[in-house]
Amino acid sequence: MSKFKKKKSGDLPAISTASLPDIVFMLLFFFMVVTVMRDTSIKVKNRLPYADQVEKLEKKDLIMYIYAGEPSERYQSVAGSEARVQLNDKYASLKDIKQFVFEERQDTRDELRQAMIAGLKVDKETNMGLVSDIKTELREAEALKITYITKKGEALKNLE
Amino acid sequence: MARSAPEVNAGSMADIAFLLLIFFLVTTTIETDSGINRKLPPIQDENEPPPPLKERNIFIVLINSNGDLLVEDEPMDLKNLKQAAVQFLDNGGGKGDEACTYCRGAKDPSSSDNPVKAVISLQNNRLTKYSDYIAVQNELVAAYNELRNREAKRMYGVEFTEMEEMFKSESFTGNKDKLKDRIKVIKDMYPQKLSEAEPKRTSS
Repeated sequence: MSKFKKKKSGDLPAISTASLPDIVFMLLFFFMVVTVMRDTSIKVKNRLPYADQVEKLEKKDLIMYIYAGEPSERYQSVAGSEARVQLNDKYASLKDIKQFVFEERQDTRDELRQAMIAGLKVDKETNMGLVSDIKTELREAEALKITYITKKGEALKNLE
Repeated sequence: MARSAPEVNAGSMADIAFLLLIFFLVTTTIETDSGINRKLPPIQDENEPPPPLKERNIFIVLINSNGDLLVEDEPMDLKNLKQAAVQFLDNGGGKGDEACTYCRGAKDPSSSDNPVKAVISLQNNRLTKYSDYIAVQNELVAAYNELRNREAKRMYGVEFTEMEEMFKSESFTGNKDKLKDRIKVIKDMYPQKLSEAEPKRTSS
């Protein structure tokens, strides 16, 4: 009987799993960081034009997003290739804009209603006819503050 | 005889993970949209006649469906538009009551009297491409900003665009009311008067 037990020889030592949770957390954090929350899926082509005289839009909850452009390729079989307006998740007609503005107003607190801005995300190939129709609807709905959402870049890039 | 491998100390793993987390937290900026702000005119009574404007106080920019510009009846390249707009706005050809004390333009009597009266009229037809329209809008806003920056720099030593950014930022500690007044003074010196006619139905 020896005082010292001989270490078992031959079998592999167990791999420490203490670091596994850390690895998992790391992955979790990574995905948390890179995920962009998008509340609506955009069903129209959305290549924004360039501009450099832009102002940042601070209060995101006060922006009413209006999308316009040709339907994306995978929706073209259903929606055609004519430029369309998109509000929230659905294609909409011009007449729906007033109702949309009204609903958005209802969801906002009284004192903030004046500060609401209509954000136009319009594809750069769209004709101005559609854009002016949208603007006319917005004027009729008394949503007079608008912003043309653009990418940052020189205006001359638009001509390419 | 195989020796058992020494166990790797995993205690510092958590520290590394936190370090990464903090790094990402600090470096990520949540993407914000930016755009050109505009104010639409309210719907007007059709019976009410529009206010009279002198021909020389109007600067007409036409965009056709090919993206070509016609500025004051002459074709122009987009890159020259800003300069032309600055010249028009800063002309200050008025006399007496309408004189402009801060303008540095040519004082041409056939161009605008005063930046306060000068109106830029942007006209496009229904087939104009949106990107061309935005490009022109951008250049016109750039012209206004250039003049406003110049005056703000002269009067307060700060650029106008910087003043606006300061006014918006949460971390600004100075006197906000004073800043607001200053912004207003500059805005009144060169008010953005951009009129947009309803697009014409005809093509090009």
